[in-house]
Amino acid sequence: MFALTQPLWAQDQDSLEALYWQRIAESRSHFVQAEVDFMTGMIAHHAQALVMSALAPNNGAGPAVSVLAARIINAQKDEIQLMQTWLRDRDQPVPEVHAGGHMPGHAHHHMMPGMLPEEQLDELRNAHGAEFDRLFLTYMITHHHGAVVMVRDLFDQDGVGRDEEAFRLASAIHVDQITEIARMETMLED
Amino acid sequence: MQLTLNDMSDFKVLGVFASIMLVTITATAQQTDDPAVEAGDMAPAMSDARVGLAPGLFDAGEAIWNLGHISTTQPPEQFVGVTNSDLAFMGDYAIQGNYNGVLIWDISDPAVPVLVKDYLCPASQSDVSVYENLLFVSGEGRGGRLDCGTEGVQEAVSADRLRGIRIFDISDIQNPNYIANVQTCRGSHTHSVLKNPDDNENVYIYVSGSAPVRPAEELPGCSGMMPDEDPNSALFRIEVIQVPLADPSLAAIVNSPRIFEGLVAPPRHGMAPDDVKAIEEARAAGAFVVEYSGRQAVLPDRYVAGLIESFLESQGKEGPATAADSVAFREALPSIFAEMMGGNAEENEEESDAPDPGPTQCHDITLYPEIGLAGGACEGYGLLLDITDPVNPFRLDAVADSNFAYWHSATFNNDGSKILFTDEWGGGGAPKCRASDPPEWGANALFMLNDGKMEFQSYYKLPAPQTPQENCVAHNGSLIPVPGRDLFVQSWYQGGISLMDWTDIANPIEIAYHDRGPVTDERMEMGGSWSVYWYNGLIVSSEIARGLDIFALTASEYLTENEIAAANTVELAYLNAQGQPTYRWPNTFVLAHARLDQVERAGALGADAISELRQGLTDAEAMEDDSRNAALMALVASIQDFGNARVLAAALAIAALAG
Repeated sequence: MFALTQPLWAQDQDSLEALYWQRIAESRSHFVQAEVDFMTGMIAHHAQALVMSALAPNNGAGPAVSVLAARIINAQKDEIQLMQTWLRDRDQPVPEVHAGGHMPGHAHHHMMPGMLPEEQLDELRNAHGAEFDRLFLTYMITHHHGAVVMVRDLFDQDGVGRDEEAFRLASAIHVDQITEIARMETMLED
Repeated sequence: MQLTLNDMSDFKVLGVFASIMLVTITATAQQTDDPAVEAGDMAPAMSDARVGLAPGLFDAGEAIWNLGHISTTQPPEQFVGVTNSDLAFMGDYAIQGNYNGVLIWDISDPAVPVLVKDYLCPASQSDVSVYENLLFVSGEGRGGRLDCGTEGVQEAVSADRLRGIRIFDISDIQNPNYIANVQTCRGSHTHSVLKNPDDNENVYIYVSGSAPVRPAEELPGCSGMMPDEDPNSALFRIEVIQVPLADPSLAAIVNSPRIFEGLVAPPRHGMAPDDVKAIEEARAAGAFVVEYSGRQAVLPDRYVAGLIESFLESQGKEGPATAADSVAFREALPSIFAEMMGGNAEENEEESDAPDPGPTQCHDITLYPEIGLAGGACEGYGLLLDITDPVNPFRLDAVADSNFAYWHSATFNNDGSKILFTDEWGGGGAPKCRASDPPEWGANALFMLNDGKMEFQSYYKLPAPQTPQENCVAHNGSLIPVPGRDLFVQSWYQGGISLMDWTDIANPIEIAYHDRGPVTDERMEMGGSWSVYWYNGLIVSSEIARGLDIFALTASEYLTENEIAAANTVELAYLNAQGQPTYRWPNTFVLAHARLDQVERAGALGADAISELRQGLTDAEAMEDDSRNAALMALVASIQDFGNARVLAAALAIAALAG
């Protein structure tokens, strides 16, 4: 009956692997629009954090803020990529982010909580040394608070969270930003 | 204070900034500059066998060093493709959490683990613990149902949702009986079971939840407001559940201690001993040392001259500086520097009217009941807690660290003199072991415990770079009971497992590993080791995508057969890695041999003396009671000098064999 081109255990393994990929694909089919909107918005939100952090090296940031900015760039770039992949996996439009956090056609995403208006960004661009540190921390705390609000708003909606990757991502953003807000408040007091 | 910022050009100030940065954070800032550093920067590690492993779900390339791979068992069909999570052990069983429920494996033959129960009951993260006949399972995700249904929960507010702790009776391990729930406001991301040595009526569960607070409409009393707005806020606290062993269905929250209260801006952990030494040496050599954000740094020579010149000007003097000027400058330097750094206290305080919130939750708490301490990994802080009163834990110490993104978990060494914390930077779903990721980020931080205080010693991070397709960061692990040494086997997700020797806490090294290639090379797909724990001679790993891996130690230049055999004399009736047991070694000949191996490794006795002791032990083992005792005591007496701790330990091990 069977054309055994490979041992039985290998056949079992192949069918188990097929089931694995089928289940991974399935897990990406339970999303809701609120999660799509969250990912799309959070990409733009994170992109602004990249713009702010990219200023640190040239604006004379102190050592502590330099490390913080480098970490924000590393972390939020990765998260942007995860969110883009999340959208791509679900056949949703994927916002692009260019180097340094600039987003073509998304110059004014200020309707989201915590987003800095252009005047504040300019103020930050023109600040140096200790003044840059103070403004960076102040504005980044506001910015992070906005992200926390976005996660809480997401979780207030029906249907959210069945998508495990969305839950994991949003929870990680929530807790990371809360942790970083506390750290930045400590830095401001130092 | 005469000198002000205006006395110096911006250029100078920036220059000092830049130099201090180089002194204090060295390569960190450089490496993380955009664009990313080429992988070639980690040249020494590029020859590592873990680099370049072939991708694959069940057929990935593997690299292994100083471990034997006993088996890999794939998940059952209803669980494949769903995340495997934490592990607990009882008797011959390994209990593996999975976001779809719980898997119970009989590992009495570790080459062929047998699935005795796959209990379908979805909830993330399904963190598992055991105590006697009870199994506890964490539920945090929004899809967890009270009835264990697989359909999830659609509504934002629902009476069907379970977020908290599920309790099962596993008296009949093949048929777990779901007997109770305890719902909590933030669900249970992880939990830890506390068995107090003085309380045989109850066990306690410390619940850590990191997801947003549930609405009060779903679970009455839950509030996500700040404590100054609502004193009953579910933020800034952990939950303590009491489980009466006589009737576990009466389990309930008995306290929500606010272990973070008053946690105002603790200092970052101090500098590593080597850094302190370097600073002291520079100071002794006459260098000017300044302090910035609680850290000391040597002021580069090229700025000293300019600063002294400005200082003299401010005193109305002209150079060259005399010895007296130099002394005066040295005294004034801290305030000069503080002012340069914008340390204008009044200005800064305007921004900090809000109370310092500190952490709102812990990610995980490791309890070590026999020493009455717990290590709390709590967002931006590592906490040391006194848990002698299980219901009322309180904080002894707190450390923070600008290199640590997210304090994730803690482990003590066996004698309670050290503690390590892990940093789950990126939450576990991100590739944080790339060659361009700094070695202090997403790593372990190692501390000495001294009189209830934690003193930073060093970092340890998986030393082999991983691909961007591999989620990788420090994760769960446990001690391996090799007597006289601190060995920690640890999960690094798709970075594999790594065995760290932190006996010399300032210089931790890797002594064994196992790694696979990525699940796929097309993208990052979640996988890797979630947890790996030593249990009765086995090293058992819960692989997120691949299933259950079982390993054993193999002898190497870092570990002898005797040390492994001595470790394997430790037998646990059960294990929750976050309820750390004290390892105790029965008095055996192999223990004495292991101690002698350590004497040899330390070079504490000559080769002849060691050889004679080994032979003497072997001879004594073959003898009958009385003559054996005499021979053993003669061996102890033959040791000339007990001054070395390794020699003393060997002598005690030999003496203990004499009935």
